[in-house]
Amino acid sequence: MSKTMTLTLQIWRQRSANTPGSMQTYKLEGVNEHMSFLEMLDVLNAKLTKEGQDPVAFDHDCREGICGSCSMVIDGRPHGPRKGTTACQLHMRTYKDGDTITIEPWRAKAFPVIKDLVVDRGSLDRIVAAGGFVSVNTGVTVDANATPIGKKNADEAMDYAACIGCGACVAACPNAAAMLFTGAKVGHLVKLPQGQVERRGRVLRMVEQMDLEGFGACTNHRECSEACPKEISFDAIELLTSSTCAPRSRTTDLRRSLPQRGRRDPRRPRSRLRLEVQQLG
Amino acid sequence: MDLNAKIPDGPIEGKWDRHRFEMKLVNPANKRKYNILVVGTGLAGASAAASLAELGYNVDCFCFQDSPRRAHSIAAQGGINAAKNYQNDGDSIYRLFYDTVKGGDFRAREANVYRLAQISVNIIDQCVAQGVPFAREYGGLLSNRSFGGAQVSRTFYARGQTGQQLLLGAYQALERQIGLGKVKMYARHEMLDLVVIDGVARGIITRNLVTGETRGWVGDAVVLATGGYGNVFYLSTNAKGSNVTASYRAHKRGAGFANPCFTQIHPTCIPVSGDYQSKLTLMSESLRNDGRVWVPKQKGDVRRPEQIPEDERDYYLERRYPSFGNLVPRDVASRAAKAVCDEGRGVGPSKMAVFLDFGDAVRRLGQNVVADRYGNLFEMYERITGEDPYKTPMRIFPAVHYTMGGLWVDYDLMSTIPGLHVLGEANFSDHGANRLGASALMQGLADGYFIIPYTIGNYLAQAKLPKITVDHPEVQRSLAGVRAQTTRLLGIKGRTTVDEFHRELGLVMWDYCGMGRTAEGLKVALQKIPEIRARFWSDVAVPGANEELNPWLEKAGRVADFLEFGELMCLDALERNESCGGHFREEFQTPDGEALRDDANYSYAAVWEYTGEGSAPRLNKEPLEFKNVKLATRSYA
Ligand SMILES: Cc1cc2nc3c(=O)[nH]c(=O)nc-3n(C[C@H](O)[C@H](O)[C@H](O)COP(=O)(O)OP(=O)(O)OC[C@H]3O[C@@H](n4cnc5c(N)ncnc54)[C@H](O)[C@@H]3O)c2cc1C
Ligand code: SF4
Ligand code: FES
Repeated sequence: MSKTMTLTLQIWRQRSANTPGSMQTYKLEGVNEHMSFLEMLDVLNAKLTKEGQDPVAFDHDCREGICGSCSMVIDGRPHGPRKGTTACQLHMRTYKDGDTITIEPWRAKAFPVIKDLVVDRGSLDRIVAAGGFVSVNTGVTVDANATPIGKKNADEAMDYAACIGCGACVAACPNAAAMLFTGAKVGHLVKLPQGQVERRGRVLRMVEQMDLEGFGACTNHRECSEACPKEISFDAIELLTSSTCAPRSRTTDLRRSLPQRGRRDPRRPRSRLRLEVQQLG
Repeated sequence: MDLNAKIPDGPIEGKWDRHRFEMKLVNPANKRKYNILVVGTGLAGASAAASLAELGYNVDCFCFQDSPRRAHSIAAQGGINAAKNYQNDGDSIYRLFYDTVKGGDFRAREANVYRLAQISVNIIDQCVAQGVPFAREYGGLLSNRSFGGAQVSRTFYARGQTGQQLLLGAYQALERQIGLGKVKMYARHEMLDLVVIDGVARGIITRNLVTGETRGWVGDAVVLATGGYGNVFYLSTNAKGSNVTASYRAHKRGAGFANPCFTQIHPTCIPVSGDYQSKLTLMSESLRNDGRVWVPKQKGDVRRPEQIPEDERDYYLERRYPSFGNLVPRDVASRAAKAVCDEGRGVGPSKMAVFLDFGDAVRRLGQNVVADRYGNLFEMYERITGEDPYKTPMRIFPAVHYTMGGLWVDYDLMSTIPGLHVLGEANFSDHGANRLGASALMQGLADGYFIIPYTIGNYLAQAKLPKITVDHPEVQRSLAGVRAQTTRLLGIKGRTTVDEFHRELGLVMWDYCGMGRTAEGLKVALQKIPEIRARFWSDVAVPGANEELNPWLEKAGRVADFLEFGELMCLDALERNESCGGHFREEFQTPDGEALRDDANYSYAAVWEYTGEGSAPRLNKEPLEFKNVKLATRSYA
């Protein structure tokens, strides 16, 4: 027989981006240990709906740990306590009867809250649009096996490409930096011959976009890869900084010196990085 | 309804080449004068939007998730087929074509399938050029596996995350075009109606899911790549948001819906554990390469699997299908599992499961090799069930997975409404009554990268498209209709949640229109569904307001469509008095329980035409001709 439990849930409620939010407490009975965390929230929402209260909004889609939609800080940890596990793959057998669980949205300047646990992560897409690709149009005619790629490199590329774009790394970082996310894309492409040509420009553009979006700088806390549900290695950030041929401290400095959009002092000379980005077109 | 598929003349090998030559072209300088609306950013939509923008068209692109990268394609695990014959094991374009037609139980259009097999090889080249990290051998060349009952190794894969990697390739190409300003991306926008002006698709209506704003968009062509409708069953392996709304609303505007009852039930999913269950998780089919499926020989055997000796186990797939064994196609494997559970030999707490056992594989290959091949799947299984598949056999059961039916399209992927093109799982074209493993990813990318960029030009070059704006009365009329539905849903303020209605519908669909169907049962369903629908419209509880993020309002609209569409599926299943592929009518089977096709009477695509609310849909038929593959009974024995 499966066990059931009664839980106390403390959940961040916020009607919209412009209204202040607060933590609210809910008691939930009859939670089955085999439920997923999101199924537990479904049960809460059904109850709230029946009682005429506003259910809790949260993002989710695949519920298989691959789409990167689900995004909640559970007891202070993005995606909750289980290592390498997204919130949707967390199951209630992790908890016991009588537990209190707090649930909050990702918190970062670049992720404004839309409602309750739902945030706007469009900034991550814009980082990719700035350079996270190989510039190749549809219709290439080179045979796929024309360029052999060593298994080790291919496997490492895959390790980085496994990033699901959830943003937990940002939520975990005291500076709300997106270095692991960006580094994962850089790492994926830099490990492959196809990614070589644009290697330098890609990094500069993506890093510039990161700054424009208001993500913070990396100061080596390493919380990001701890929280990452795909366990993306912190080496990704190393790869990112080394791809610009500048040591990490320099890159961080360069990044700090980047002007914010619309706030650049016209008398100040453009930073070298900005100039390089412009020359790249 | 005009169902001329416009298949080019000539021998099958040359049709596509010839057609490409004969198609009208849009002058490169003129392309930027056209605006194309692409709905959906899965493999089909993202590849189409990116490729069209590269050619110079202006594209507006929509998806309901918060990012185009989260489309349901991301979840595909196993792989993508291509007739590269890198393994020198006898594969060819012709063999992939043949396997797909046969696997689809002779209910697909030959010419389309042949083109798909031809294009498959270009897809792999394209993806590798984008940086898709496919699995490789130590020599650095691409690795392949055999998949889903194929007897050659033609499946390319990226660990257990092939869909993710292919989608990220397409998504990155799309983001590149967004960065260049050629595509305008509207995430968290849901299409709620199609705008048809003078019989031509000219626009769509969307709701902004953050602000609730409903607005019209106009363009020169509309491309729907909105995925499959497996969620009509409530429980399926599809992502929670997958739905039929875009297709169904286009259907109500005149697009023919083909073979709605053709549903694929995947044999290897994690069984249902309780009534709170919100979705089912697929365990990749590749597991059947090394796992052995069995149940106890005896009914009601409650011993733990380890305690059941070898000679008291029934490896029923190996027994019934000695040459294909555990690798029979999905429909066959699913029905066989249902049959043993119906006999009372199912396992696990619900008795609705069979074992998938890796004991032999671990002994034969060692735990390391098994972990290398399936490690991430085993972990996923352990996370969900709390059991360790290295030690105890997995429990699996079939679940709804894919829908072969979809909007009818011609050879150019255009629906019965001129200007409305349909790609990917949303169309009906290539898989007949049963899709082979690793062929959906192939089809989505073929449609998006390599077919629509040509055929849409052919359409635009010939279409006479008067200039219109969003102020056009038809746009305003559609807009008013969408707003009225929203107001109505929010105004009911009933007592039953949207999910409760969805579950109820899902159970009816599963019981009567699932793995086994009978005329009698389908008639019951056809009575029950309108009854649930009536209750929905008087008692559904939709909390919140329109002018905010409101997931329950979104869902209510989707379930409202499922409640109409489910009826169409049952009608289609009732009309088709034969068994073929995923459509198994219990009245039509051989003495051994295999599907019994009726080629004399049912060798056609059933294309349904909407005739108005409360009026019976009209059935039209596109006859299928098999000139290259000889009609034969599928046999996997
Ligand atoms: C778990 C799982 C594993 C699979 N594994 C494999 C495999 O290994 N190999 C294989 O070949 N196939 C596999 N498939 C099948 C395959 O993944 C799908 O058929 C395919 O990815 C569908 O792609 P698509 O582009 O047609 O649609 P989807 O990827 O479903 O995309 C639909 C898009 O449409 C958008 N959309 C939908 N409705 C609306 C609307 N009303 N308004 C706006 N936007 C809308 C969505 O936002 C989304 O962007 C698998 C399927 C599942 C469920
Ligand atoms: S790096 Fe990890 S935590 Fe960050 S977005 Fe990718 S998967 Fe999520
Ligand atoms: S819902 Fe897709 S990763 Fe959690």
